[in-house]
Amino acid sequence: MRAPSSDLPLMLEDVSILAREVTILDKITLKIAAGEPTILVGPNGSGKTTLLRAAMGLIAPTRGRVTWGGREEVPPARRSIVFQRPAMLMRSATGNLTYALAAARVPRAERKARADELLDLVGLAGRGDRPARRMSGGEQQRLALARALAKDPDILLLDEPTASLDPAAIKALEDIIRNVAARGIKVVMSTHNLGEARRLAGEIVLLHRGRIVETGDAQSFFTQPKTEDARRFVAGELLV
Amino acid sequence: MLTRRILIALTAAAFIAGAPAFAQDKSIVVSSTTSTQDSGLFGHLLPLFKKKTGIDVKVVSQGTGQALDTGRRGDADVVFVHARGQEEKFVADGFGVKRYPVMYNDFVLIGPKSDPAGVKGTKDIVAALKTIKSKNAAFISRGDKSGTHSAELNLWKVAGIDIAADKGPWYKEIGQGMGAALNTASASNAYVLADRGTWLSFKNRGELDIVVEGDNRLFNQYGVILVNPAKHANVKKSEGQAFIDWIVSPEGQKAIADYKINGQQLFFPNATAQGV
Amino acid sequence: MPTDTSALDLILRADPALVGIVRLSLLVSLSAVVLAALIGIPLGALIALTRFPGRNGAIVLLNALMGLPPVVVGLLVYLMLSRSGPLGSWGILFTPQAMIIAQSILVMPIVAALARQTIEDLWEEYRDELAALNVGPVRRIFTLIYDARFSLLTALLAGFGRAAAEVGAVIIVGGNIDGFTRTMTTAIALETSKGDLPLAIGLGMVLISLVIVVNALAWGARRASERYAG
Ligand SMILES: Nc1ncnc2c1ncn2[C@@H]1O[C@H](COP(=O)(O)OP(=O)(O)OP(=O)(O)O)[C@@H](O)[C@H]1O
Ligand SMILES: [Mg+2]
Repeated sequence: MRAPSSDLPLMLEDVSILAREVTILDKITLKIAAGEPTILVGPNGSGKTTLLRAAMGLIAPTRGRVTWGGREEVPPARRSIVFQRPAMLMRSATGNLTYALAAARVPRAERKARADELLDLVGLAGRGDRPARRMSGGEQQRLALARALAKDPDILLLDEPTASLDPAAIKALEDIIRNVAARGIKVVMSTHNLGEARRLAGEIVLLHRGRIVETGDAQSFFTQPKTEDARRFVAGELLV
Repeated sequence: MLTRRILIALTAAAFIAGAPAFAQDKSIVVSSTTSTQDSGLFGHLLPLFKKKTGIDVKVVSQGTGQALDTGRRGDADVVFVHARGQEEKFVADGFGVKRYPVMYNDFVLIGPKSDPAGVKGTKDIVAALKTIKSKNAAFISRGDKSGTHSAELNLWKVAGIDIAADKGPWYKEIGQGMGAALNTASASNAYVLADRGTWLSFKNRGELDIVVEGDNRLFNQYGVILVNPAKHANVKKSEGQAFIDWIVSPEGQKAIADYKINGQQLFFPNATAQGV
Repeated sequence: MPTDTSALDLILRADPALVGIVRLSLLVSLSAVVLAALIGIPLGALIALTRFPGRNGAIVLLNALMGLPPVVVGLLVYLMLSRSGPLGSWGILFTPQAMIIAQSILVMPIVAALARQTIEDLWEEYRDELAALNVGPVRRIFTLIYDARFSLLTALLAGFGRAAAEVGAVIIVGGNIDGFTRTMTTAIALETSKGDLPLAIGLGMVLISLVIVVNALAWGARRASERYAG
């Protein structure tokens, strides 16, 4: 249903990432295909952010390879990321969106209308004129999501997007994510909120010390974990 | 993008607007001394010359040494200074075509009205300097290798004083122009040797007044020299020579004699004389 | 030159000599700042965004050059532009063009050093976002310069303040020629040396007002940037 040059499936094949001799990701093999959201869980420092950055193509694996739609070294034209701490450009909220739209080669005449649609989608309608860096943490998180959607990606990578949101905003964001997923965009998201993981996931990936401990559909991961680590993680006992 | 284009347009505009507004087609650069400039003589002479010939004269005023150096480097068309020995060397070295005597003015010894050295009333500059030295009265020297500075050094020599060796805390070399030296003397109630022109047009006199004047040894001859076009092809020979010809002509000489401050004539034309 | 008039009189009567001097000062210093911006901003951006051997040395040098003594710059430019110097054939010694060149050399390090610092800090912050937005290298530079616009404006105003207030460089390369290369600062130096304090004070008052205006603008730029910076 998407263009033939889709970034899907996203494959990590035997990916290891080392920083100064320290192994951050250890022989990760993961296939991310179209479908329900994939949720990354794992304790602090287990490698979720690093995995998402590798999936975005922002860091090259030390060993192994990452491919998008079967190709390596694909520029990030069809995939987006919302960082754990997004950086806002020194412009208005709308300015941030029109900038992303311009970078995605959306014709100038359409940008304003598209920006308004995106603001509306993330519940920021009417706040477009505010300087983005002056917005609240939660507003910035939502604006970052809108900005990530500007290029109409195949894959949307989200690094703890609900971490600084209030309960109502979490619910709203989860609705947006479901909405996005329903439009055929593959969502890959990390979270520490297991309830949220359970609500959104098609598939769960549990990371621990840079390795994939267990993957499986959400239902069985939470009710019948296959490994001892997964059981302890669900019970809140697993530490790095 | 847009800002950049505006910036480029602005610079171009600044240069284009700047160039014609300033670049007169007929102009010469004259390097001269601060005393000539500060006396206001050029403000009187140059409009007359411009009216007659259409040539703009741009005066860069420096100490005599620097003014001659500017000519030596080819950065001026004409030099107009007062240090005969240095001028003759300038011509002898081939940097100047010919030296023309133009006029003279005189130096005066300026000092506090209270006259702590008690030299007021004498006409003998050499005796006055000896007294200042023996009483260690405060004295300001230009110390900038200017014509006035070399005249001062020469007078010390005539007085039999080796000022380089004998100077004490009473003798201060400031390394600046005539006006600055007068300002310093005024602020510190010191004696200072000045050219009469600068003194007459100087406004911040405070307690200063003339204490010695009229000694023959205080006369100060000015010369004008065309920078040698054979050394520096850029020298505007005909315009520069036109300026020299005019200033030594009866008309130019009269203009010099006509320049007065408070009714006092500052410069005495003597182009026909052999110079002092 | 007017005599026996007060400083304020000269300003209020818009004395033509005084107006001409102020006009030339502004023209020279503004042109110098524009020239310094055209060279300094891209240079600062280049150093901020690239890694090359000797880069740290270049940064230290640039920061040191911010404090270049004007007389030294004046002397160097004088030696370059003198008829006996390497660029003597241009024939622009003792012209406003020479003054613009000297002042832009004074201002350029300020602009480049501050541009380098601002752009590098911003780049640190923007790097991942711009990469994720698939922004190419050219657009990236323009984005960083645009987003640093208020800081850069502050740097340009600081440079303008330095240029308009300096006397050492312009007096050497301009020659302080009446009606041609006489600026506010060189005129103040000259009139003070002649003991003609009213004109010197009048020009000093204009210069101080100018410095105040420049600082007000810089303050406005800072306020505007605070509006956007979190
Ligand atoms: N550039 C780096 N140099 C050294 N260590 C790094 C680097 N990047 C990440 N690490 C380390 O790798 C580990 C994994 O980091 P990562 O940010 O991927 O964890 P995370 O699962 O996202 O944790 P959190 O839940 O706290 O966000 C951490 O221990 C981190 O300190
Ligand atoms: Mg993380």
